[in-house]
Amino acid sequence: MSKSNKNGMLIDYEYCTGCFSCTVACCQENGWEAPLSGMKVMEIVQDLPKDKAYLTFLPFPTELCVLCNHRTRQGLDPACVKHCMANCLTYGPLKELAGELEKKPRMVLWSPR
Amino acid sequence: MGKSKTTIVKTTTWSAGPGCHGGCGVLAHIKDNRLVKLEGDPDHPWNQGRLCARALAMTQYIDHHDRLRAPLKRVGKRGEDQFVEISWEEALDTIEKKMNTIREAFGPESMIFSMGTGRDIGPWICMLAYAYGSPNVMFALSGNACYSPRIAALDTIQGDYSVFDAAQWLPGRYDNPEYKVPECMIIWGYNISATCPDNLFGHWIIDLMKKGTKIITIDPRLSWFASRSEHWLPIRPGTDAALALGFLHVIIKEQLYDQTFLETWTDAPRLVRNDTGKLLRESDMTADGSTENFVGFDLQTKTPVIWNTIRQKFSIEDSNIALTGSFDIRLLNGDIIACTTVWDQFKDSCAAYTPETVEKITFVPANDIQKAARFYAKAQPASIHWGVPIDMTPEITPLCHAIAALWALTGNLDVPGGNVFTRAAFNAVAYALPGAEGVIKLKDPAQDKPRIGKDDYGPFNKFIWRCQTDKVIEQIFSEDPYPVKGLWMQTCNPLSGIGLDPKLWQKALEKLDFIVGVDLFMTSSLRYADIILPAATFLEKEGVRSWWVPLQTINKAMTVEGCRPDVEINFELAKRFDPDFKWETLHDLFDEILKPSGMSFEQLAEKGWALPPENHASRPYFRHERGVLRSDGKPGFATPSGKFELYSTLREEWGLKAVPYFKEPPFTPVSRPDLFKTYPLILSTGRRSPAFFHAEHRNIPWLRALDPDPVVEIHPDTAKKNDISNGEWVTVENWMGTARFKAKVTKIVPPWMVMAAHGWWFPEKKEDPLFHTFESNINMLIPMNEQGEDGLGAPIKHLLCRISKETRGSAHV
Repeated sequence: MSKSNKNGMLIDYEYCTGCFSCTVACCQENGWEAPLSGMKVMEIVQDLPKDKAYLTFLPFPTELCVLCNHRTRQGLDPACVKHCMANCLTYGPLKELAGELEKKPRMVLWSPR
Repeated sequence: MGKSKTTIVKTTTWSAGPGCHGGCGVLAHIKDNRLVKLEGDPDHPWNQGRLCARALAMTQYIDHHDRLRAPLKRVGKRGEDQFVEISWEEALDTIEKKMNTIREAFGPESMIFSMGTGRDIGPWICMLAYAYGSPNVMFALSGNACYSPRIAALDTIQGDYSVFDAAQWLPGRYDNPEYKVPECMIIWGYNISATCPDNLFGHWIIDLMKKGTKIITIDPRLSWFASRSEHWLPIRPGTDAALALGFLHVIIKEQLYDQTFLETWTDAPRLVRNDTGKLLRESDMTADGSTENFVGFDLQTKTPVIWNTIRQKFSIEDSNIALTGSFDIRLLNGDIIACTTVWDQFKDSCAAYTPETVEKITFVPANDIQKAARFYAKAQPASIHWGVPIDMTPEITPLCHAIAALWALTGNLDVPGGNVFTRAAFNAVAYALPGAEGVIKLKDPAQDKPRIGKDDYGPFNKFIWRCQTDKVIEQIFSEDPYPVKGLWMQTCNPLSGIGLDPKLWQKALEKLDFIVGVDLFMTSSLRYADIILPAATFLEKEGVRSWWVPLQTINKAMTVEGCRPDVEINFELAKRFDPDFKWETLHDLFDEILKPSGMSFEQLAEKGWALPPENHASRPYFRHERGVLRSDGKPGFATPSGKFELYSTLREEWGLKAVPYFKEPPFTPVSRPDLFKTYPLILSTGRRSPAFFHAEHRNIPWLRALDPDPVVEIHPDTAKKNDISNGEWVTVENWMGTARFKAKVTKIVPPWMVMAAHGWWFPEKKEDPLFHTFESNINMLIPMNEQGEDGLGAPIKHLLCRISKETRGSAHV
C-alpha cells in the first residue's frame, strides 16, 4: 500500500458522549486485558470565561491501536468504529477524511503509527 | 479433532448480562458452546449495529470465575460465608417443601417475591408468586421510585404512558416520511453516557441532535447535554415541579399554548365547585344524574350543559362552552353555588409561579426560565425526555402532571416528533404493569386482597400491582396485619444497591424464616439466603420482549453448566405450586403472550423482530383523534373523563389535590434549615456510569477499569473550603450514616451540591462475607418511608450532607 492511501480515523468529539463502547469493543476484539485498550476516552472539563465550563469527551487511539487491520482487510470497520454509540468515529483514507474536516467543526483526524 | 465452526446467533439483549432494560439486537459468535464475541446487529432497527460497553464485555461476564454454577444451601448463620453446594433437585425440593409449609401455616401472602429493577424478571417473578398464590410482588426500592410512578402518573391524567418519538415505531426510522425531527427536546434529569433509559435507546437523542434537534437541559450538573444546550437550567434538586409550573406560567401568560388542543382534547371547560373544590357532577344537579357525567357552562343559553361520559359528548350540540369564568349553579337541594372552570383552576395553580418566584425556589435564573419556556413552546414539534430523578422525589405525580401539561398544551402529544403514547408492541403484554393487564395474572382477584400497601394508596389499587415497598419493610417488623415469613429474592441486592437505609434491610433479612436468592454472582444480600440458585445470562435463555417496540424474542445462544435461566426456574416451581398451572411448556406461555401479534414464538424468533402495523393501537400517531385509545372505540383518551385531564378525576377520588402543585420536599435547606446548619451541602446520589448497571459489574475487569472507585463529585471551591484534593478519600456524612468515597474535584457539579455514585460494593474483597457493602454505600445516608401522599417517590436526589477528608488511620483497608 502506498503511503498516499494510508487510512486513519476521523473523530467527531462534539458528539462523543463518553460511553466507553470504543474502549471495551477494542478489548473484546483484540483481547486486551484491562486497563490495556487501543482506545481511551479522555474527559476534559474545559474552563471558559465567566466561570463557565464545557464537558468534552475525546476518544483517543492509543499506541496499541492498529485500526483492527484484521477487520479492515475483510472490509469491516474497526471494532470501535462499528460499535460507537454516537457514531462519532469514521474509518477511511486519510485524504478523504481530511476533506470531511472542512465540513464540520470540532473534529480531529488521527493517523496510525 | 476436527476444527469446530463459529456460529452466529441473533438475539436480543435483556438482562442478565448488560443489566439493562434491553432491546439491542446482537450477534452472538458461539464456538463450542462458548461466547467468542458479541457484536451489535447492523440490521436491527433499535441499535443499528451499535452496542454499549456492558454488552461488549459479555465474554468476561459469562465465563467469570466467580459465577455461581451450582445451587447452594446455607449451613452457617445468616450473613456468614457458610454454604455448601447441593443438586438442583435437592434445592428445588427444599424450596417447595419450605414454601408449602409457610403457605399452609400463614397463607401465601406471607411470602414476598422481590426483584431489583424490572427487566426480564418482572413477568417470571409474577408468574411464580401468582402460582404460589401471593399477590406480594415487590420492587425493592423505597417509594417504588423508579419508572412505575411515572407510568402511573401519566395513566392517571392522560390514560396512557408516553415517551419521546425517535421514529422507533416506523420502518426506516428517521427516513420514514411520517416522521418529523423535533426542533427542540427538553432533557429533564437524564445523563446520556450511561446510555439507555426506560426501554429507549439513549443515543437516539444524539441521532436527533445531528439532524438538528436543539436541546434544553434541566440538570444541576453540567452534563454532556448541558454543555451542548441552547438553554441549560441548573436546577436545585427536588424543585422540578416549581420549574414545570414556571414554564406553564410563561406559556399561559404569553398564550403560547395550542388553543384547539385545549378546547377539544382537555377537560378545561368542566366546572369545579368553589364550595367543595371538587368537580361538579350531573348527580349534584339532578336526582337521576350520573356521578360519571360532568358539567360545562353554555355561554349561548347561559345554562349548565352535561358532559355525557359514555357518549363522550356534551348533551347539547353546537353549544358554546365557557373555558373560563365563574358561574352560579343550582344544586339538587336548591342551593346555588359558584363554580369555576377547570382551566381557571389550572391557570390559578400556575399563577403564583412567576419566573422570579421560581428562580428563588429552583436557583434557575428567571430570564433563562422564560427563554427556555418560549423556545420549547414555539418549537414544532418538540419533545421532553425525563430521567429517573422525576420518580426520585415524593410528590412525583403532581410533578409529572405539570410536565405532561407542557407537552399537551403545546400540542405535542402523539404527534410526529413529540411525546407519543407508548404501549407494549402489538399489545402483547406479559404481566400486569400500570395501565395494562397481562397474560400472567392472579387466578382470582380475591387473592389480591392482602397485597401490602394496596389499600393505603390510590394508585396501588388502580395502576400499580406491586406491594408498596416501605410498607413491606414496616410489616416485616410489625407483623401487622399478618406476619411476613419468607422472601424470594431474584436479581435483587438490597444491601448493596436497591435498598435505602441498608442496615434496616439487613435487620429485615435477619428476621425472616426462609429466603431464596436467585442471582448470577454471590452478593452481600445472598449471604442471608437459605437456598441460592444460580441464574443465567440473556444469552443462555429464551424470552419475549414487547416493551415498547419492536416485538422481539430472546433466543438461546449457549448454555453454562449448572446455571438455569430465571424463567425456567420460576416455570418449574410455578408448576409445582399450582396444580392447575396453565402452561405445559415455556413456548406455550410465550405463544400466549405473543397471541395479539398473530405470531407464535417460533415464527417471531425466525423473523427476529416486528413492528406493529399501521393503524394499530400500539403505533403512533394522533390516536386520540383516531379513536383507538379507549376501549369504547370513541375518540379521546383512556382517562375516566375521556380527556387529557388538567384536573385529575382519579386524584380527586383518592382525596388528593387534583391540579399540579409544588411542595418543598423533605431534607432540603428550605424544609430542614435545622439540619442544613450541620449538613451544609445538598447531597444528590446515583449519577450513572456507563460501566455499571446499578450494583452490577464491579467484578468485570474491562468495566471496573473504566470507573474503578466509588466517586463523589465536589466543586473545586467546595473542595478547597473542606481541604480536599482530587483523588483523596473523603467521608460523606449525615444524620443517617456515613460512607467513604474518592473525591473527584470537578466543575461538573455546582458548589452547593455533591453527587455520590450508588451501588458500590467490593466483590474483590472476599475476606468479608458482605464484601464491605456498608462502606461506600451512599444509601446509608438515605432514609426509607418518605414516599409521597400517593405512596410513590423517595428522596434519592435531594438530601443533605457534610464532607470531610478521611483522617489518617480511619481508612478501611
